[in-house]
Amino acid sequence: MKQKSSSKWQGMLLLTLKYIVLIIGAILFLLPFLFMLSMSLTDSHELFQIPFRLIPRSLNWLNYKEAWTENYPFNLFLKNTIFVTGIFILGQVTVCSLVAYSFARLRWRGRNLLFTVLLSTLMLPAQVVIIPQFIYFSKLGWVNTYYPLLIPWIFGRGAFPIFLLRQFYMTIPLDLDEAAKIDGATYFQIYYKILLPLLKPALGVVAINGFMFQWNNFFEPLIYINEKAKFTLALGLRMFQAGEFGTYWNFLMADSVLVALPCFIIFFLFQKYLVQGTIIGGGLKG
Amino acid sequence: MKEIQREEIYGYLFVSPWLIGYILFIAFPVVYSLVISLYKYTLPFTIKFTGFSNYKEIFYDPLFRTALYNTAYYTILAVPLGIIASIIIALILNMKLKGISYFRTIYYMPAVISGVAVSLLWLVLLDPSSGLINYLLSLLHIRGPVWLQDPKWAKPALIIMSLWQSGGNMIIYLAGLQQIPEQLYEAATIDGANSWYKFWRITLPLLTPTIFLSLVLSIIGSFQIFTQAYIMTGGGPLNSTLFYVLYLYQKGFQSFEMGYASALAWILFVVVLVLTIIVFKTSWRWVYYEAEVK
Repeated sequence: MKQKSSSKWQGMLLLTLKYIVLIIGAILFLLPFLFMLSMSLTDSHELFQIPFRLIPRSLNWLNYKEAWTENYPFNLFLKNTIFVTGIFILGQVTVCSLVAYSFARLRWRGRNLLFTVLLSTLMLPAQVVIIPQFIYFSKLGWVNTYYPLLIPWIFGRGAFPIFLLRQFYMTIPLDLDEAAKIDGATYFQIYYKILLPLLKPALGVVAINGFMFQWNNFFEPLIYINEKAKFTLALGLRMFQAGEFGTYWNFLMADSVLVALPCFIIFFLFQKYLVQGTIIGGGLKG
Repeated sequence: MKEIQREEIYGYLFVSPWLIGYILFIAFPVVYSLVISLYKYTLPFTIKFTGFSNYKEIFYDPLFRTALYNTAYYTILAVPLGIIASIIIALILNMKLKGISYFRTIYYMPAVISGVAVSLLWLVLLDPSSGLINYLLSLLHIRGPVWLQDPKWAKPALIIMSLWQSGGNMIIYLAGLQQIPEQLYEAATIDGANSWYKFWRITLPLLTPTIFLSLVLSIIGSFQIFTQAYIMTGGGPLNSTLFYVLYLYQKGFQSFEMGYASALAWILFVVVLVLTIIVFKTSWRWVYYEAEVK
């Protein structure tokens, strides 16, 4: 009897310890965000005051309005970013789902070889192709357009989404295709009418990953876009930092919060799909 | 017979958007960049065949060595530490506790944002006098370094920043952990194994395929570190954060020495390829595959 109650106490102690570890970790992961938020709300003349205050004396919500509209046209950058990201997601989902359908469900010679080629592009650093691409995209007059950010990434790249979608296709029974074929469906109809609706969660994962990538993409916009009116948010933030207002860290943080906000919202809304997608994508091993 | 042919034609047709893109935007540029690397190719107008002179020049270029050293330094520390941190966090978050899903969300949050916004945030956090990091250290009575202004501490600062974002890999390990069959642990418990033993004999071996995958992808990713250095330090102080891709960018897109930059890119490609092959070749020693049992 005595022993039983002591092991119960041990269990309680262990549980408490576990929660303490969890909470300390959570605080460490969250603190930078709180710091960011706090700085974005600090008055300009209270910046970098010592001693350090995590909560500023007064919360200046007007910072956000000022940071977003006064010095640089962030509304325009937002519009550009939404445009590029939107087209990118649409293109990638369409192309990758069709290509993955071919890899997963149609039999043709050279399929396994090409699939290996596709996976090997995961190991290719983007920088190896960026210089030749820059040279001929310049000749095509594609500098200061969004084509270089979209076309090579929708076609050609995209090994990961294609792989992920192929894994999802493999979980759907082949009988569906066979039955549809007997009913006289074409391959495109099987893809479009039968499989695609079943693939919605996977398409969601691809769309979310595509959003996170293109929304934050910096390297290609930095190289190809130098006309201010065509800047994306990432470039706008960089210009703000490097420019004459770069010392206004409260404004910079306010803009950073706003740029990061859509990523958080999308993550909170769709985190279930993301985890599920990773589990199936984990099949990349072996 | 006819049906098989039709299937084949449609197979090629549907794969062609990727295949054509691959030829135009990957295969061709890869070959083209090898060709350019043999030229003195400086924009706007110098194009002259010079054989291997770019490679020779790179061999004696002290900045190339610095960049390679910095990148190797960063990779050797950031990749293993990142993997260890992700596994530990995944183990913690795999516990069956009330409210654990909220904790998962919190731990994953830093991985959600990337690029310029994170770099700006950490620029502020690492500020020696008013930043959060040194404030936290001062609570422990530790005088923090000046981080990004000190050549010795700039790289460790960027590594700490990368660890904060381990949540992305953590999810992969969490997925790996959840695929380990519960019966294995139950059987081990009956045999009297303690948690420590279970971790080393069951959890870790069964996670090795996941570790393998994330090791390959992390090495490739870490060799391409760019945005943090570009935004936060510009390669300084004293070139201590001049990473490989940043140097390549400076050569290719600031001084427009395209031939030289292409040679740099090819060397990067070969280095990454060799490392990947080494990981693959050694994998049979430490990666556990269930298929082997069959």
